[in-house]
Amino acid sequence: MLSIKNLRASIHGKEILKGINLEVKAGEVHAIMGPNGSGKSTLASVLAGKEGYDVTSGEVIYKGKNLFDYSPEDRAREGIFLAFQYPVEIPGVSTTNFLKTAINEKRKYLGQQPLSSVDFLKMLKAKAKFVELDTEMTSRAVNVGFSGGEKKRNEIFQLAMMNPDLSILDETDSGLDIDALRIVAEGVNKLKTKDNAFVIITHYQRLLNYIVPDYVHVLSDGQIVTSGGKELALKLEELGYDWVEDLADAK
Amino acid sequence: MDLKEKLISDYRLHESKLNGFARGKIYNIKLDAERYFELLGFPNRKQEDWRFTNVNPIITNNYNYDLGAQPQISEEDLQNFLVPGLKANTIVFINGIYSDKHSKIITEKGKAYIGTIKDTQKSNKELIEKYFAGNADYKTDGFTALNTAYMNDGVFIHVSKNTEIKEPVLILNITDSSKGEIMYHPRVLLVAGESSKVSLIEIYESDGENFSFSNAVTEIYSENNSEVHYYKIQNECDKSYHVGTTQVRQERDSRFNSLTVSWGGSVIRNNLNASLQNKGADTIMKGLFIASGNQQIDNHTLVDHASPYCHSNELYKGIMDENSNGVFNGKIMVRKDAQKTNAYQMNKNIILSKSALVNSKPQLEIFADDVKCSHGATTGQLDNEQLFYLKARGIGEKEGKKLLLYAFANEILEDIPIDDLKVYLEKKLSEKLEKK
Ligand SMILES: Nc1ncnc2c1ncn2[C@@H]1O[C@H](COP(=O)(O)OP(=O)(O)OP(=O)(O)O)[C@@H](O)[C@H]1O
Ligand SMILES: [Mg+2]
Repeated sequence: MLSIKNLRASIHGKEILKGINLEVKAGEVHAIMGPNGSGKSTLASVLAGKEGYDVTSGEVIYKGKNLFDYSPEDRAREGIFLAFQYPVEIPGVSTTNFLKTAINEKRKYLGQQPLSSVDFLKMLKAKAKFVELDTEMTSRAVNVGFSGGEKKRNEIFQLAMMNPDLSILDETDSGLDIDALRIVAEGVNKLKTKDNAFVIITHYQRLLNYIVPDYVHVLSDGQIVTSGGKELALKLEELGYDWVEDLADAK
Repeated sequence: MDLKEKLISDYRLHESKLNGFARGKIYNIKLDAERYFELLGFPNRKQEDWRFTNVNPIITNNYNYDLGAQPQISEEDLQNFLVPGLKANTIVFINGIYSDKHSKIITEKGKAYIGTIKDTQKSNKELIEKYFAGNADYKTDGFTALNTAYMNDGVFIHVSKNTEIKEPVLILNITDSSKGEIMYHPRVLLVAGESSKVSLIEIYESDGENFSFSNAVTEIYSENNSEVHYYKIQNECDKSYHVGTTQVRQERDSRFNSLTVSWGGSVIRNNLNASLQNKGADTIMKGLFIASGNQQIDNHTLVDHASPYCHSNELYKGIMDENSNGVFNGKIMVRKDAQKTNAYQMNKNIILSKSALVNSKPQLEIFADDVKCSHGATTGQLDNEQLFYLKARGIGEKEGKKLLLYAFANEILEDIPIDDLKVYLEKKLSEKLEKK
């Protein structure tokens, strides 16, 4: 589904991603861990198409096509979803209106008819229930006045609504209490199919107790320095990142 | 001969048409106003109040005072200019001339008097003389002097004591410049009696390809404990010029609630002045201005706290695109006796192009010591973080901008208590933003 080869990217002339290689296949869950500032969010932003980054070399193939040929909105319509580390507040735009516009823009792109209001509301109710989100929240302005945890849950709610093929979760677990974490994780597990894939960026192994990754990668100073199975996360939890940084230095 | 000289030399001609005002008090006021117009003339940019807006484009045209016979408008065109579904007392003027055919009063007679100024001159002379030009000062402002001297009709509304008029009064001013350049002087006088409640809606629309200039004055008297909702909506074409002054006098415990929406016209200048004459008066001023092309929209407001325990709250928002130019000049005056005043003012603008401009100028003059006053202004671009968040959900640049601008602007419209009016304005807002 996604194939990243030797990806280098910089911001304001400063190189942040220094040759990333990553293969994600349908049906897989990948976890990316790594110290603060190692470039995890940068990778997510570059994949989603955020402005301001210069891709200096390498390629990203998504569903057989060059990802960089697509605008950010077309990437989303093609099934890429980024759950933001810091979800943005949008005063005056209700979550309902926002999602309805999003879904219908995607449908238009795919040559489908817009969703009727009735069908949309049905889906909205079902998915809200799914992530145990009070539907009252969806009538409020996007993320405005939401607590940190509510914002993260709202990201997963949007994910459920958009039904993407490739989901990138940037620290969706940070700032969640145990209950919220369980809800979010169960949501992801229920959304997981053999046809979609998840890339989960996290600092904490506790999320990976709920969402069991097929692969764990460690990003350090803009490179994936080591990869392994779910046991790698346990090792990181135990030993911290110091030994990883040594690996990076060795590279 | 420039416009001022032409106006002065033609005044005798105009005067001969004033038979409706037959030598009474108003007649004398008009003659006096003409002298003041000669004295004051049109303002220029050296005057502080006109620093940001050049009136030259307005006054360099060769306007006609009328275009012959009463211009006609089809029922279909009229419906396009009205607020769909709104049950209102509707009064239609075309190029400043009252159109009886298109007007209708539905409020019962005992509740309020609603009529043309010409008719009122005959039927209710003493009442109108009591209020006319008592509030809008023609001795200090050339445009007001011009209006006062040259107006020959308009609307007079007097709402009886303890009466709520459910149906708003809607005054539709249509400019039809298809037969030539035209200038006219709309005039409205509203008196809201003690503990009464009324909504007044002024809509400006235009048709025709020539330049036009409407120079309006509205006077509002809000008596003790009355509530006035005032809406001014400018939806004219880019050959239309408009200068308008709305002068409000608020008595004890009165509530004045205004909304000024300007999104159509070439050069627009709105002066909205409220004078809080007695304790407990409450003033809300909201405004939305959206401009593109070479449009200039200038909003000047004045809240004059002349007595204690009054409250005012003001929020104006602007969206400027292309080469357009916006002005928000909000003056709050708190006089020496106006202790315990609460006055707030906010102006927020979004600039969509490099060559668009907004001049935002708060002016606070506070002479009392026990007051709460605050003001703020922000001018910026659309938030890129927000736009990216929308894109990351599949909402493209154009649709995303529309969504964000609509949300920004709709804060001004969202609590309009008249549902049909709200729906109408929200729809128009969508249409405006569709073109961005
Ligand atoms: N706009 C920017 N300008 C300059 N440097 C930036 C900018 N954005 C990010 N960086 C730098 O890029 C590096 C990687 O940041 P990034 O946010 O990708 O890290 P991260 O791995 O997600 O960290 P965290 O775990 O704290 O979320 C950091 O050194 C950061 O300071
Ligand atoms: Mg990060």
